[in-house]
Amino acid sequence: MFQLGPDHEEFRSLVRDFAVGEVEPHVHEWDRAHHFPTDLIPKMGELGLFGLVVPEEFGGSLEDSDGGAFTNLCIAIEELGRVDQSIGITLSAGVGLGINPILTYGTDEQKQTYLPDLVAGRTLAGFGLTEPDAGSDAGATRTKAELVGDEWVVNGAKAFITNSGTDITSVVAVTARTGTTSDGKAEISAIMVPSGTPGFEVAPAYDKLGWNISDTHGLAFSDCRVPAENLLGERGHGFKQFLKTLDDGRIAISALALGLITRMREEAAAYSQSRLAFGKPIAVNQGVSFQVADLAVMEETARLLTYKAAWLKDEQEAGRTSVAKVKQAASIAKLYTSEAAVSATRIATQIFGGNGFMEEYPVARFYRDAKILEIGEGTSEVQRMVIARGLGLPA
Amino acid sequence: MNIVVCVKYVPDAQSERGFDASDNTTDRENVDGLLSELDEYAVEEALKLVEAGEGEVTVLTIGPEQAADAVKKALQMGADKGVHVSDAAISGSDAPATSLVLAEAIRKIGGADLVLTGMASTDGSMSVVPAMLAERLGLPQVTFASELTVDGDTVTIRRDGDAASETITASLPALVSVTDQINEPRYPSFKGIMAAKKKPVERWSLADLGIDSSQVGLGAAWTKVEDVTKRPPRQQGTIVPDEGDGGARLAEFLASQKFI
Repeated sequence: MFQLGPDHEEFRSLVRDFAVGEVEPHVHEWDRAHHFPTDLIPKMGELGLFGLVVPEEFGGSLEDSDGGAFTNLCIAIEELGRVDQSIGITLSAGVGLGINPILTYGTDEQKQTYLPDLVAGRTLAGFGLTEPDAGSDAGATRTKAELVGDEWVVNGAKAFITNSGTDITSVVAVTARTGTTSDGKAEISAIMVPSGTPGFEVAPAYDKLGWNISDTHGLAFSDCRVPAENLLGERGHGFKQFLKTLDDGRIAISALALGLITRMREEAAAYSQSRLAFGKPIAVNQGVSFQVADLAVMEETARLLTYKAAWLKDEQEAGRTSVAKVKQAASIAKLYTSEAAVSATRIATQIFGGNGFMEEYPVARFYRDAKILEIGEGTSEVQRMVIARGLGLPA
Repeated sequence: MNIVVCVKYVPDAQSERGFDASDNTTDRENVDGLLSELDEYAVEEALKLVEAGEGEVTVLTIGPEQAADAVKKALQMGADKGVHVSDAAISGSDAPATSLVLAEAIRKIGGADLVLTGMASTDGSMSVVPAMLAERLGLPQVTFASELTVDGDTVTIRRDGDAASETITASLPALVSVTDQINEPRYPSFKGIMAAKKKPVERWSLADLGIDSSQVGLGAAWTKVEDVTKRPPRQQGTIVPDEGDGGARLAEFLASQKFI
């Protein structure tokens, strides 16, 4: 009951081989150069990573997975994240924010236009929700889209948009105000803006604390015109549609954090047995070995929470459990694993001593990469709010 | 074009490898094993040839129960079907006996337009089975191919040597062994993993191949490993403090070790 099935484990070993063979040898260099490895994306596509939750007609493998498709996606994110967090988030965002909204809300034509290339890793798509003045309060969106004739005219700005500025980004879906509802609130819709559309400007890459290999940009729209049929989903449902994808994203971040914690436990256990102080491995000191034990406890807890939430998500897809249960499990998993991930990098760096502060050792990179896990896809505070509300509290 | 690829299940070079104390043969039971990396190049080349034209790729292995993993990996990469010859009597077989079993298995498969192998196994590293197998099947043997093309009934390969690169042709059917320079083996895909579960794998014993157990195994081997001693662990390095004569002492050391 408390283990993943043999198919899942076989898939894990495939992704691990790929991550160790194709990603690990380059990550240090990519991280130092803030380089997004465009060539890696089609290779991930060939492996089938972008198509795990996509039906076969668009090049995916959903029918083959015998249920458990979302669990497989989490396994892939965890294993990539164990080697590099940026590559893990590139997959997570590529599927969760790029592919999923089109798959879930797109018209047949939109799906046919974008999905086959996205699934193959020939292109990437982004989703623009966050704005300079609208983060967790996504309803405060200021970007506007006005229907003029048969075109949407988009004006505004988006912030921190993953996969939005790569050489192979084909489209970014953005939320925008398209009017006012009868009760006076902003009507939010999602509009698809293809890369290269005049008036759609991708700002230079952010200078981030971590996730250096991941592609993140601010976006600006000035009188940017796209055809009326580029509306994604229903008019006025842009925000509601987006909220539905958040639960998946939280479980995915949890898987990413789990990959990090696992790596920290592995690194700390190995280093503490090889590094000598006073003629003995530092692990003979309980002050060290107990901390490695704590890492193992974090890993185990994170693993149980993450895959329980992933399993619930798969159960929900199969109609066997409720959205509310998934939501609660997703927030609990995301909150615990992301906070544990930050602690885990602090512990591992401490065990590595002076070397932990050196970029020569991977723990330094993971230390920088961990913090965003407590922020992205809803901050820890937002998770606590969601969990409290799930308990019926007036949070 | 129908291709048979011979693959071997070998102990993982990353794991602790050892010998069976009773007969000094490689311990294949108590180690983690995998498809020999050098054989992945042969599988990849076969897949490319069939994808560019038509035909089937059959992957063939000899080995204990766990050797089925090597067949599975090749099927996940895209091979169409597998044959696994397994028989307790084969244990301890040398290269001539191995080539005998492979030859009979290939005959039972119905022959092939092309038999592909890796350039060597990553455990025994003898590189002789391909030649012996070609001899037993009466096929032209073209070994160590770094490039391979098939045009009609002719296979052309490039073999890179220290002094020159040779271009060699042979008529099909033929046996070709390939080097690790010939291609970049693919990773299996998620779809490949799922599809492999439905692909047919035959399991044959020596009796199925009409081979008497006295022809194979340790008893039939032409050579015998008399003794096996594990290499001693590497000695701690020597640190030579430079007190003005560092260069000379370094040269002295290198000369004493016959490096210069």
